[in-house]
Amino acid sequence: MRKLTTPFIALSAAMLLAAPWIINAAPYESTMGLVQKVFYFHFPSAILFLVSSVICGIHSFRFLFLKRQSADAWALSAAELGLLFGALTLVTGPLWARKAWGVWWVWDPRLTSSLLLFLIFAAYLMLRQYGGPGSDRLAAGMALFGMLNVPFIYVSVNVWRTLHPMTSVVPTLPTDMGIPLWFCFTAFTMLFIALLTLRATLEHQRARVEALYLAEDEG
Amino acid sequence: MGAFFRVAWHVMRKDMTVEIRSREILFTTVLFAVSVVLIFSFAIVREGRAPDDVAAGILWVAISFAGTLAMGRTFERERYNDTLRALILAPADRPAIYMGKLLGLLLLMALVEIILLPLVGLLFSAPIFAYPIMLSMLLAAGTLGFAAVGTLFAAMLVRVRSRDTLLPVLLYPITIPVMIAGVRGTAALFQAAPDEPMARFWIGLLVFWDAIFVTLALWTFEPVMTE
Repeated sequence: MRKLTTPFIALSAAMLLAAPWIINAAPYESTMGLVQKVFYFHFPSAILFLVSSVICGIHSFRFLFLKRQSADAWALSAAELGLLFGALTLVTGPLWARKAWGVWWVWDPRLTSSLLLFLIFAAYLMLRQYGGPGSDRLAAGMALFGMLNVPFIYVSVNVWRTLHPMTSVVPTLPTDMGIPLWFCFTAFTMLFIALLTLRATLEHQRARVEALYLAEDEG
Repeated sequence: MGAFFRVAWHVMRKDMTVEIRSREILFTTVLFAVSVVLIFSFAIVREGRAPDDVAAGILWVAISFAGTLAMGRTFERERYNDTLRALILAPADRPAIYMGKLLGLLLLMALVEIILLPLVGLLFSAPIFAYPIMLSMLLAAGTLGFAAVGTLFAAMLVRVRSRDTLLPVLLYPITIPVMIAGVRGTAALFQAAPDEPMARFWIGLLVFWDAIFVTLALWTFEPVMTE
């Protein structure tokens, strides 16, 4: 896995560099104009935002109940990436909203719950930062509750009346808009996987160094 | 199963006995909740009248603030007297200990709500007697969901240094779904033309969340509390 990260990062970097040209070549959307193009970044980051919370939750479960020590590093990395992609989502969203609805923010269920999930990630990382010894287990417990919010977010858009475009918009996109979208989606996903692996490896190595220091102190 | 509830009952009775002798948490929490309502009235009231539809929001904000205070204090007492370890070492199911703590907190919060609800009804002219059963169901289900997560988090944070600041930071984002359902459901009952089906929908959603939160908390308490 570690051998794959360098080509992965190189490829996703190349794809993200090429993305502006591909997005530029996509046709203008009739009502939204130029602002619609933010969607090509907004959609992948929003999906990965949700994905990282699921990864964080699953690994927290493995850490807490199955006692897999290495799972904690994966959960932490996923949470950090969740914060990053959440920030991207929350920055690109209002840019689109300003044009579509005339305001930067509305208290719509999906927007509210995305902000909520972002806050949960922030609280999770804060607990790990300031929690002191044993906070990894506490944070894992918190992450399990945080993951519950994901279906809440996904369902909210379809159950309640909402301004946010329905989740069924994406499959119905015209092809010349669909290609740049899925291109960006692939690039972002590869970047996500590469960063996740790198960060988790770093965390594993940090844990090993710590264990070695402890062993040296005792010996 | 009988042993489970017996342990829960004993833990709750212990907490209640301590509380009845000092009445510390109850008095401070009630006073705090009343102050929250007062602060809101200053923020919201214009020309001697509160706008319509604010009573539900104020009620739930006061409940959640006061609840955070109460759950922090119940475990602070265990930490201060160094009795948490004794509680954990007791030959009993950990989830039963959690359940006892939760029941004690629920009882306290119910007492606070009994004082808070008429106060909000009086000050913001909310029709609290129009749908007494549905309103109490909303309050009960909402408080349960909030307290279920709160008890777990407060227990987790007992050994953490900055627990007082971390508890609300962790608790509020997680319990927002419960708060939304509580506020929207109560607002549906308080509005000029009460919307019964809407309130019933939110009660159903609250019960659903309660089931998930309580199950997950019971399940998580054991591995999280292991030293």
